[in-house]
Amino acid sequence: MIAFVTRRLLLGLVTVWLISMLSFAIIQLPPGDFVDAYIAQLSASGSTVSAEEAAAMRQLYGLGQPIYVQYGKWIFRVVQGDFGESMEWRRPVTEVIGDRIWLTLLLSFSALIITWGLALPIGIYSAVKQYSFGDYAFTLFGFIGIAVPNFLLALIVMYFSFTLLDANVGGLFSADYLLAGWSLGKVWDLMKHLPLPAVILALGGTAQLIRIMRANLLDELRKPYVVTARAKGVAERKVILKYPVRAALNPFASNIAYLFPYLVSGSIIVSIVLGLPTVGPLLVKALIAKDMFLAGTIVLLLGVMTVIGTFISDLVLMWVEPRLRHQMD
Amino acid sequence: MSATVNAERYAMATQRQLIWWRFRKHKLAMASLFIVGLFYLLALGADFLATADPHATDARTSYIAPQPVHFFDDGHFAPYIYGLKGVRDIKTFKLVYTVDTSRRVHLTFLGHGYPYDFLGMNTDIHLFGLADAQRGDGIFLLGTDQLGRDLWSRLIVATRVSLTIGLVGVTVSLFLGVLLGGISAVYGGIVDTLIQRSIEVIRSLPTIPLWLGLAAALPNDWSVTQIYFAITVIISLLAWTDLARVVRGKFLALREEDFVLAAELAGASQFRIIFHHMLPSFASHIIAAVSLALPAMIISETSLSFLGLGLRPPAISWGILLQDAQNIQTLALAPWLLISAIPVILVILAFNFLGDGLRDAADPYG
Repeated sequence: MIAFVTRRLLLGLVTVWLISMLSFAIIQLPPGDFVDAYIAQLSASGSTVSAEEAAAMRQLYGLGQPIYVQYGKWIFRVVQGDFGESMEWRRPVTEVIGDRIWLTLLLSFSALIITWGLALPIGIYSAVKQYSFGDYAFTLFGFIGIAVPNFLLALIVMYFSFTLLDANVGGLFSADYLLAGWSLGKVWDLMKHLPLPAVILALGGTAQLIRIMRANLLDELRKPYVVTARAKGVAERKVILKYPVRAALNPFASNIAYLFPYLVSGSIIVSIVLGLPTVGPLLVKALIAKDMFLAGTIVLLLGVMTVIGTFISDLVLMWVEPRLRHQMD
Repeated sequence: MSATVNAERYAMATQRQLIWWRFRKHKLAMASLFIVGLFYLLALGADFLATADPHATDARTSYIAPQPVHFFDDGHFAPYIYGLKGVRDIKTFKLVYTVDTSRRVHLTFLGHGYPYDFLGMNTDIHLFGLADAQRGDGIFLLGTDQLGRDLWSRLIVATRVSLTIGLVGVTVSLFLGVLLGGISAVYGGIVDTLIQRSIEVIRSLPTIPLWLGLAAALPNDWSVTQIYFAITVIISLLAWTDLARVVRGKFLALREEDFVLAAELAGASQFRIIFHHMLPSFASHIIAAVSLALPAMIISETSLSFLGLGLRPPAISWGILLQDAQNIQTLALAPWLLISAIPVILVILAFNFLGDGLRDAADPYG
């Protein structure tokens, strides 16, 4: 078990390292160094940067030195919590991102809970009542979930709620709380707005998990031990829930590790359609404006968040699934 | 009697025939094959089927609702559409173009339109044209966008771009997947571990932010074609992992088979064993994996272009068309812009069913 945790932790660290290099690459990618870009941006808005200031900035980020030195200087500052300054906003990146990263985390995590919460019971129902009306209905729902990319679903939901209900479903807060500081009222307001985007985000993953759960449980239910249990007069509820469901959970569990990155990734695009105050819209704007420090930092934070989230879900799984614990020893 | 004939046919059948027989039984997959085929045919004949130049803008035809084609004029078959007329809005003094039911413009078959290249020929023949069109008249089957461009023509040209970008992307990922999956299985040991861990790491990355970051770095002055290929490469770089896993799994399973051992004992080279004996046995599995990877590719391109960081106008793809439908005010004004979502959903669904059917049929002895 300790071996398993260590292995996961190491893999997580390697992933974080890889993500940091990718984020650095994204910062570096636009042609010319970013001090040039910064100066161009500032002169476009009317202010100027003196030659000394430019030289000082180049010194600070080690521009002109080998790429690994630049990476080293950058990562050293990042570890200390200094992510650089956003060119577009002219404020530290951390300040620009602010609460948005937590809202992204909240949205993705809610979607994860909804995915689990829906897929498990629906998967069990569909397998136990195979070929019933409910099974067909959920299968249809599953195919829709797979075929409609979540940003399209968001668009369609938004359109129909606008035309049929005359309601704007965008945003995570009502107008009253938008600029207000955190209070109990604001949290309650958030809780009221959160379910819809979270469900939209969760649908694709849910559909896939239902299919996996249904197929696994069907395989399991055909095994002789289930017949034996039934023949011995074990209550039907116990026959299904006690062993086959737990056995069917195993492959289901291994898929969950990839669910969280998928949800974080999807939250970007859903947030843009629904106008949610997560890092999604900020990232796209930063990339279009070539505000690379902001963009690189967001990619880095999202990546690290994903790794931590996946690690936590691994731990939860290990706690739920004894076989996983023993396999890894 | 017929049972024995059937049993004999079954015994004599080649693997390809068995796969086909099995696949044929899957009704949904057959229907999907038909739909996918139809879409690729549409993509091939996109320019021929387009009724207007997909790039031509006209301020007068901004946001025209879809126009129905009327088939009978005075009781006999003569398809026509109504012309448009400009009306001055009393309140805003803006010239608004509305349908003029007094003027009927007749359709011509195989009429002349904008010039295009088809399989190396330069032509201007289109399936439909208008007989005596005035400026601003058009067959707006699915309406027009803000710049007055015909949505039907744009959608059909976009289909070509979006469907081929999936194919190119899958080809690149297939190459990477077979190469790395194959190496992983054949060499084993440290190489295998390294490749498998890399796959795990890549799969645990949030893809959209990374694609966005890489796509944003493409220079602004690149041509449409350069961007097209760069986007496919970016998508493929993170998408090869599933194919690599399928290839590795099949390789490892087949290596233990008797026929491989027989070939080895007969002195066949490693190269011959892989390409002559093993590859044909799991080619069907690869085809199934590919047809399941294609819809994911199409969604990726659509998402990137939708966010304005994939293909860029003047290129037309499903994502670019949906970008117009991004804000609710536009949608309220011109709900027909959401029509672009229909082919996306249809094609993704069809590819998924097709892939499922192929996967079931891929193992004809199973």
